[in-house]
Amino acid sequence: MAYYEEDDLSRFSEVGKHRPELFEKFMAWYQACQEDGALSRREKALIGLAVAHALQCPYCIDSYAQSCLESGSNLDQMTEAIHMASAIRGGAALIHGVQTHNSVGKVSM
Amino acid sequence: MSMSLPVVETEPRLASTPIDFDEKLAGLGIDLRADVVRTLQVNVGKLCNQACKHCHVDAGPSRTEIMTQSTAEDVIAALRRSQIPILDITGGAPELIPSFRYLVIEARAAGAHVIVRHNLTVMFEQGQDDLPEFFRDHAVEVVSSLPYFLEQQTDAQRGRGVFEKSIDALRRLNAVGYGTNGALLLNLVYNPVGAYLPPPQFSIEADFKRELMVRYGISFDRLYTITNMPIKRFLDYLRRSGNEERYMRKLSEAFNPDAVEGLMCRSLISVDWTGRLYDCDFNQMVGLGVEPRLPQRIADFDAVEFAGRRITTAAHCFGCAAGAGSSCGGALAKNDGRQ
Repeated sequence: MAYYEEDDLSRFSEVGKHRPELFEKFMAWYQACQEDGALSRREKALIGLAVAHALQCPYCIDSYAQSCLESGSNLDQMTEAIHMASAIRGGAALIHGVQTHNSVGKVSM
Repeated sequence: MSMSLPVVETEPRLASTPIDFDEKLAGLGIDLRADVVRTLQVNVGKLCNQACKHCHVDAGPSRTEIMTQSTAEDVIAALRRSQIPILDITGGAPELIPSFRYLVIEARAAGAHVIVRHNLTVMFEQGQDDLPEFFRDHAVEVVSSLPYFLEQQTDAQRGRGVFEKSIDALRRLNAVGYGTNGALLLNLVYNPVGAYLPPPQFSIEADFKRELMVRYGISFDRLYTITNMPIKRFLDYLRRSGNEERYMRKLSEAFNPDAVEGLMCRSLISVDWTGRLYDCDFNQMVGLGVEPRLPQRIADFDAVEFAGRRITTAAHCFGCAAGAGSSCGGALAKNDGRQ
């Protein structure tokens, strides 16, 4: 058995079998976040896809790839969102180069 | 040699959960019955110059099933007899059927509004180059499939080279006045290029209007979003790609009671190329006729008898009631039922 099973995505609600009040609060908040607001559902789906890649969550990637298609995004737009997430992840690693330089500077003559 | 793609005739299914549209309606206290017939939708045959991967008709260049002149005359007689206001002609590519122009001309003479489901590329077939002028001269409403405003997605579904020809055809329709002045209606149809639901109609329509104008200088009136039906070629695709279970679950979970009121079967009667009657074009393709107590042929059709009839349903009906709903006129509900 693999750690990640595709069918487990549709079993998400089973998490709510224990402490259902906590799961229900999460779901209410989660669903409210998806609705059209100052940002459109389409923009939110692209953000969700980008975050899913940053988190490298296969369930979220699967789910938000579908959401992006069903809110009207195409693969070019989705790929740009993925590059944004990746670029920020890359930048976040690279900016720590300053930490390295600081550390090296502290102990160097 | 046949150019048709493999076809499976059986109903879609969920392995773990039975799908019963009637049960779903009954659970909500809905008795699905027809209203007055406002549209006579005629599928004049399976002959088409294209063989699209999602086609619920399994239409293509090698198909030979087409309506005879005698059946076309029965259609016009029924239209006149029952004073049905709209004749909606579909196929295949209906323009390739010898009785096509007869249907248009006689329906217009009877005072009906005529809609033609026109695939755009057929106007480049032999003998069809005057179609834009023919449509214009008879004030036909043109409804044309263009699954996306980009070549890759369109050709993936409808065949190589279809997008480029479709753009040329749209320019020709614009040139004779279609989609430019609100009088000659040119409506496009979006359907997903795969196993997912369409986006909200208003948002994808705005994308199509902007992109087609900026990229190609093309204008049109409305964009209709239509859900792919799990019938024939699309069902076969779902099975081959391992998506059937997931897609059917998606349709049933996206069931939207608000879409039921406007289901096209409530105001439409469908006729096949032989003259047999159905509640819709999808039922026609899986051979589900109208209630057995009613006349089964267009020659015997009477609008009064058909008003209030019980609609025959099957699992594919979830396709029309999912999300914002789906019909030959696009989405049905203002909301898509999603939280």
